[in-house]
Amino acid sequence: MPIQGDYMGMTLTIEDLDRENRDFFRYCAARDFRLQRGTASGLLRYPPTTACPWTGERESEWVPVDAAGTVHSYVEVHHPIQPAFRDRIPYMIILADLDTQKGVPTKHEALRVAGNLVTADGAFAPPEMIARVGIGTRVRMVFVDVTDEFALPQWTIDEGAEQPERPWRYPRE
Amino acid sequence: MTLASVSDHDASSPRHLRGRYAICGVGETSYRRGSQESTRSLATWAVSNAMRDAGMSAGDIDGMLSYSGNDSTFAPFVAGDLGIRLNFYMDVHGGGSSTEALIGIAMGVIEAGMCRTVAIYRAMNGYSAVRIGGTGARSAVPIVGDQIHHRAYGWQSAGQMFAPTFLRHMYDYGTTPEQVAAVKVAHSKHASNNPKAYYRRRYTVEDVVSSRMICTPLHLLDCCVETDNATCIIVTGVERARDCPSPPAVILAVVGRCCKPRIDMHYQHGPISTVAGHYARELLWPNAGVGPEDIDVTGSYDAFTFTTMLQLEDYGFCRKGEGGHYVSDGTIELGGRRPNNTSGGHLCEGYTHGMNMVIENTRQLRGDVDDSCPVGPDGRRLHTHDYAEGGCRQVRDVELTANLGWAMPGTGSAMVMAKDIR
Repeated sequence: MPIQGDYMGMTLTIEDLDRENRDFFRYCAARDFRLQRGTASGLLRYPPTTACPWTGERESEWVPVDAAGTVHSYVEVHHPIQPAFRDRIPYMIILADLDTQKGVPTKHEALRVAGNLVTADGAFAPPEMIARVGIGTRVRMVFVDVTDEFALPQWTIDEGAEQPERPWRYPRE
Repeated sequence: MTLASVSDHDASSPRHLRGRYAICGVGETSYRRGSQESTRSLATWAVSNAMRDAGMSAGDIDGMLSYSGNDSTFAPFVAGDLGIRLNFYMDVHGGGSSTEALIGIAMGVIEAGMCRTVAIYRAMNGYSAVRIGGTGARSAVPIVGDQIHHRAYGWQSAGQMFAPTFLRHMYDYGTTPEQVAAVKVAHSKHASNNPKAYYRRRYTVEDVVSSRMICTPLHLLDCCVETDNATCIIVTGVERARDCPSPPAVILAVVGRCCKPRIDMHYQHGPISTVAGHYARELLWPNAGVGPEDIDVTGSYDAFTFTTMLQLEDYGFCRKGEGGHYVSDGTIELGGRRPNNTSGGHLCEGYTHGMNMVIENTRQLRGDVDDSCPVGPDGRRLHTHDYAEGGCRQVRDVELTANLGWAMPGTGSAMVMAKDIR
């Protein structure tokens, strides 16, 4: 049976044969953020794939990863495209560099994990919260359930972390 | 032109293909919103115009290529309507970056002896049917598997998907919104001299940066126009092209859908403010035997103002990080050192996933762009080179052009064409 759930009015589906995404999102539902690690390369990868991007090895294991990071870049959406987001603007999409494996195996590589900016309890961030976030902001992962075996990883401000004095934000606002 | 600027040593393709193929015909429909035509009808209209331009009849075309994203009509129907019997055809999935890639495929299949002359078209109702901006039908399709990692986050349209690259370029290099807005200013100036452009009004930097925000850093006027139209180019061997009414636009090199590493999710492999042109240029310039400094006119894909800037920078028209300066110092405007998208491009003329920019450079190489200049007794326009509003858009003495096609930050295509120097 495919894993299927309604999220904000969108139907999200993970097919039976899509084993990589099934595993990834099931771990998220268990509040256990895991990524695949190639046994030959020892390198983690995101998003889930069927082989190791550095060795082509098809074997991998799911290992727990500390889901904390820094905003590498972002988008602040003011004009919604998908109907589900019509009542959510403005909303923010974050690409966060995980601390784990940052700059490995080459200088500019990182595990850049996407998510929306949400509050600590997983609600879409209000505008005043969005205004505090930019490149350099420290974030931590929270999970939002789609079904009982499928959750989406999301990002929130890591209030316990040392934050940059002024994260970089789009200059004209 | 200086052909010695790049060493043949680095060329990846057999050098005998350089200059062996050419574009011999181009054509398009009008650029409209609400075409009231099927994509099949638009396609036959554009292909007919290109055949007329090439002086060819149905029996002269025996290959056909098209590209689409489930929003068009397949080549066999278009060929059948026009009485063309095909020895080869292929309909390819894809949007931006397809034009140059398919030109390379056309050269390959002709070289392989599979056919002799290939018509390549793109037919779309990008405004009134499947909207290119991603609203309507495109935003309603179910979200399955790998798409969950972006679409579930409201990260779906081209603008939304590319924005992290654009913002990071501003962060890495200090590029300003005003610098990038100059792309729209230049292309709107060009479009004002293009009677067939959808938007012919000239805009200022202030117009762009004060238009409403779509998603940072893209204002409404940083984004291209959605239109209904079809475009066509015809590719054949250079000897055959020389028998056609217009001088051939000779193809020196093509690069097709060249990618950054981790193309499944290119943001994993930085720097994310660098685009596929960084890799494509290693094929393009050695294979063409010329370098960016030799190029007279560019056609850098303008899905957004930023895409034009990023590609010009990564193909080496300026140093890395200086793209903002390059696009705002007058270089890319008509009358400047190296004008870009002289038709107005996707920002103003119409949206065709790149083909109109190849058509425009073909006409620039012929010295016969379709502006409002008077037509002389030989049927060719008498270009004034007065670039005032409503005037000329022909660049003087064009010998070399470059097209830089864009699919997304991680994928691009490119082509260098030359005036026939037989």
